[in-house]
Amino acid sequence: MERILTRNVDKENAQHLAVYESVGGYQALRKALSSMTPDALTDEVKKSGLRGRGGAGFSAGLKWSFMPKEVDPKRPHYFLINADESEPGTFKDRLLMEKDPHLVLEGSLLGAFAIRASVIYIYIRGEFVHAARVLDRAIAEAYAKGYAGKNILGSAWSCDVYVHRGAGAYICGEETALMSSLEGDRGYPRLKPPFPAQSGVWGCPTTINNVETVANVPFIVERGADWFLSVGKAPKNTGPKLYCLSGHVKRPGVYEAPMGLPLHELIYELGGGMLHDDRPLKAVIPGGSSVPVLRADECEVDLDFDSLAAKGTMLGSAGLMVMDSSTCMVAAMARIAHFYHIIGNTICALGDAAAMPAISFVTKFRDEFQHHVDAKACLTGTVALQGVR
Amino acid sequence: MLGAEFEKRVDALVARYPKPKGALLPVLWEVQRAKGWIDFDAEAWVAARLGLAPAHVHGCVTFYTMYKPRPMGKYHIQVCTTLSCMLRGSDELFAHLQRKLGIGSGETTPDGKFSLVRVECLGSCGTAPMFQLNDDFHENLTLETVDRLLESLP
Repeated sequence: MERILTRNVDKENAQHLAVYESVGGYQALRKALSSMTPDALTDEVKKSGLRGRGGAGFSAGLKWSFMPKEVDPKRPHYFLINADESEPGTFKDRLLMEKDPHLVLEGSLLGAFAIRASVIYIYIRGEFVHAARVLDRAIAEAYAKGYAGKNILGSAWSCDVYVHRGAGAYICGEETALMSSLEGDRGYPRLKPPFPAQSGVWGCPTTINNVETVANVPFIVERGADWFLSVGKAPKNTGPKLYCLSGHVKRPGVYEAPMGLPLHELIYELGGGMLHDDRPLKAVIPGGSSVPVLRADECEVDLDFDSLAAKGTMLGSAGLMVMDSSTCMVAAMARIAHFYHIIGNTICALGDAAAMPAISFVTKFRDEFQHHVDAKACLTGTVALQGVR
Repeated sequence: MLGAEFEKRVDALVARYPKPKGALLPVLWEVQRAKGWIDFDAEAWVAARLGLAPAHVHGCVTFYTMYKPRPMGKYHIQVCTTLSCMLRGSDELFAHLQRKLGIGSGETTPDGKFSLVRVECLGSCGTAPMFQLNDDFHENLTLETVDRLLESLP
């Protein structure tokens, strides 16, 4: 299939503006600024069915439409790009930022234009030092060519773009915690309402989108919503999607496919199959470690929002963690619980994230848990009880 | 505090936000880059520059795990041990580093050369196991490549 979001990632020097322009880069921004109003752009994205790629799967165009249609000069609009990729099993946004930063920028600028924002902050997790540097260089290039800053491409619209580095806090991927952190506070979540579109960062109208979400927007502008609807499973699971494959497979990595890729195809074709030929598939966590696990017999499923919801789990951030027959599910569960204990022990908003997978692990692999309790031994024979943490 | 160039960078950062407080995280990064860690004096300076209470600055320095309230080794090794890395052998990798360096998680070698810490997911699950050495990710590690890497460090 044609690669859309990852078309540039293997190209040499793809992070440089000249290379990005040579494949039609920034033509979508040019088109939007010369021939579309912010509302027309929002409508096109709404029509495309693009749903947020950060985890919640909410309609991006609908989210944009919640922003005020007029800008009160005392309350400028802000567009925040959530690049705090921290959900265990997820590593797609880092690829886009490191390898094709101008795609991320162009998508961010289009979103900012649609919501009438005058400042974009790309909130990137502190550990992504390299990606932050690549983005900073790309931003400098974009300013120099008039794609960012004052009167972009000769239009009346001005917009600044800054990278804002986090400093180690999983919770800041949650959008209200991200806003607290951006304002210079500890990253604690806030109650909603008020919703960010009414009163977000510094009390001003704010929209927050994931990196991969905005990376889709230039293609929607260039090729149209109807094209986007033709990729994946219309009407509600549309467009290209990045899948993060990790764990016991031969070729882990980021794979792009139309939304709705069958899970088996990802593991056995794109991923090259199970890591050890004599160890069959046991379980898959399909959407980052905060979603319920699937047993091997539940893995006849397409990887999209609604197909996974029908199986009682979630696409989430499309972080697929594959486990083979040697895996002790008690140890795996303990490791996930340890993550949420370390990362979220004082922040109750994360309680749900920790409980959901725990319930599914104990329910679906009850015999293993029971054996650890009754016989003080591991059914898979791989873990001594004291080794579980 | 750290020279005219440093203060110029701080001014530029402050200008990016509608309120000086927004620049807190970036300014703390500048301090850490210049000094290697963030001490009370630095916190007090940042607080005064941004018009904040020193307690607020200290609260953020201790909340965000990447700020170092004390000096660490010249080479700071953060090993991811979350599930995807665990499935690909991060526990063995971590045990190997502990043996080799003779220190546990959160400790620094007596000569100040290495510090070691177990951390949670670094967003590099497709290239597990891995660790972050100062700013850089080292991915698809084996015990052999780790040995070679550590021995190559001056």
